[in-house]
Amino acid sequence: MAIATRPRPTRRRSSFGQWLGRDKRGGKSLFEHDVRTGWMFLTPFVLGMTVFIVLPIFMAVWVSFTDWSGITPPLKAATNGINNYRTLLLKDGLRRTDFSLSIKNNFYYVIFVVPIQTFLAFVLAFVVHQKFLKGKNFFRLAFFFPSITSSIAVSLIFKFIFQVDGLANAVIPGKPVNWFGNSNGLLHNVLGVFGVHKAPHALASHSLMGLSLWDWLSGPSIAMCAIMICVVWTTSGTLMLIFLGGLQNVPESLDEAATLDGATGWKRMWHVTFPMLRPQVFLVLILGLIGTWQVFDQVYAMSFGGPDKSTITPAFWIYYQSFRNGQAGLGAALAVVLCAIIAVFTFLQRRIVSDRAVE
Amino acid sequence: MSAVTAVVFDPTRDSVDARRTRRNRRLAMLAGYSILLLAALTYVVPFLLSAVSAFKADADITAHPTRFAFDHALGSPSLHGIRGLKSSTVNFPRWTLNSIIVTTSVVCGRLVLASLGGYALARMRFRGRQLVFSMILIVLGIPHIVLAVPQFIVMKQMNILNTYWAMILPMLFDCADVLVMKQFMEQIPVEMEEAAALDGASRFQTFRRVVLPMAAPGLLTLAILRTVGVWNEFLKVLIAVPSAPQLRTLPVGLASLQGQFGQSTPWATMLAGALLTTIPMAIIFFVFQRYFKQGLSSGAVKG
Repeated sequence: MAIATRPRPTRRRSSFGQWLGRDKRGGKSLFEHDVRTGWMFLTPFVLGMTVFIVLPIFMAVWVSFTDWSGITPPLKAATNGINNYRTLLLKDGLRRTDFSLSIKNNFYYVIFVVPIQTFLAFVLAFVVHQKFLKGKNFFRLAFFFPSITSSIAVSLIFKFIFQVDGLANAVIPGKPVNWFGNSNGLLHNVLGVFGVHKAPHALASHSLMGLSLWDWLSGPSIAMCAIMICVVWTTSGTLMLIFLGGLQNVPESLDEAATLDGATGWKRMWHVTFPMLRPQVFLVLILGLIGTWQVFDQVYAMSFGGPDKSTITPAFWIYYQSFRNGQAGLGAALAVVLCAIIAVFTFLQRRIVSDRAVE
Repeated sequence: MSAVTAVVFDPTRDSVDARRTRRNRRLAMLAGYSILLLAALTYVVPFLLSAVSAFKADADITAHPTRFAFDHALGSPSLHGIRGLKSSTVNFPRWTLNSIIVTTSVVCGRLVLASLGGYALARMRFRGRQLVFSMILIVLGIPHIVLAVPQFIVMKQMNILNTYWAMILPMLFDCADVLVMKQFMEQIPVEMEEAAALDGASRFQTFRRVVLPMAAPGLLTLAILRTVGVWNEFLKVLIAVPSAPQLRTLPVGLASLQGQFGQSTPWATMLAGALLTTIPMAIIFFVFQRYFKQGLSSGAVKG
């Protein structure tokens, strides 16, 4: 899957048809008219892709430089230069605070969900893989089932469970938690237990991107925690299958050799099994990073950004500004910023995947 | 384990070791099953509780939101949750039909496009092939939400918003599908096609008579995985039919239930809806289990 970007040496061509018919490998096909048939096969897809994916990418960039409301005829929208980006990133105000909030919320979501789902997926795969356990197929099915369930259906089920008098509070000991009514950060709540209710002066008086340092350090809100639990529950089973595939590729002889050398269970896992699973760990981490930066469905169905904007994420905010608030220009600018964030992780993934191909 | 005893020479240590191994194994078994059972409970209980609650009366849900049994005194079991799925503003039967129409058209269309495109990229040699391939790789990583606003504009300009076309067309062109089919077609032995060519078959005939039948397992796996994906798609449909409630698919309709009944949340109806949205995919899942496993191991699933 590595992308070949090396420039190819140009050759002299006698005619256009011949030029079209040549490939980088220069091999001649057994079939006649491969040029025409090739393009006939590809044209429907390329056309559709151009209209519905490639063109929209350029349009997204264009809209981000306009003040389009999302309702008026789009092509008549007035351009306003980098105004949207200024409002989002530079100008002090509500919009910039909202942007910072969405990044902060999503950031905490990512650093909680990605490690936890990776760890759980690994543990589940490791246990399911053990030879001496029976009924593996049942467990594999049970763990994978949420992955084929509609994200909206799962969200509603979890909203039901996370009611104040719902199952979650019945299982978790202690005072019932008002999951979707609590916009306080997890860290602030923990500090509150130790009697710290107000921000230390140093943190409250300094701010970054319209949000005080104290607010940046809040941790995920309690409502966000409910969403995180729902997502981890859904994804761990899918990711488990990726690890399971990796575990099945670890040769048994390797495990036996390690046992012969006197490696105990933990040592064997840490020094033999785990290094063999490196590619799967990378894959799960990167898939997680790309996916978690786009969380939308669960936010829409469970909290709709609330309470107090404590669960807004960039993806949700793009939707809300563009389709509910008449600020499509601003939404598009945010989309471009989000795209840049995700591009970094996609780039990393490509690097890792092509590295693996080289090995 | 016999290998272990073979390298240990001291006979007394041998028996101690063997006993320890046996005890360790029993402990590991206990730990393994506890983890599995706990996890299985965590995965099954939410579905079970929702399934029971979907048939509870409102008073029962409010009084016992965590109970797995019906309280007959409060009017459970009751079908009013299911009945709530068809009212003046809620139209589950129609939404189910929409889901079926959209899923079938999108999956069928995608299979045709992906097998045609995948084959051309895998086997044919022509200028521009590499360009198309690179373009697909670049476009693959673009997040859906980024395309939401401009796709909305495209559909608005084409005047297809709030129609089936708006739901189907943007979902029809999936780069991952083409890549998966390309990889699959590359694994088909090329000798078969060469034989067909020598017999005088054209490219298209070879594709239809030789390649497609051999690619059938791959196409089936892809079809099943994509059926689940399209059935559960939320954002794209949400944007495609903003002001046509009768055209919603099940997930979008399900999400719209929340605001429909004023202050009190109609849990029985919402959970019944969630259940009905899940059941068709559950059936597909249980019937075609092994294709899911294959699809995952061949990397046909996007994260």
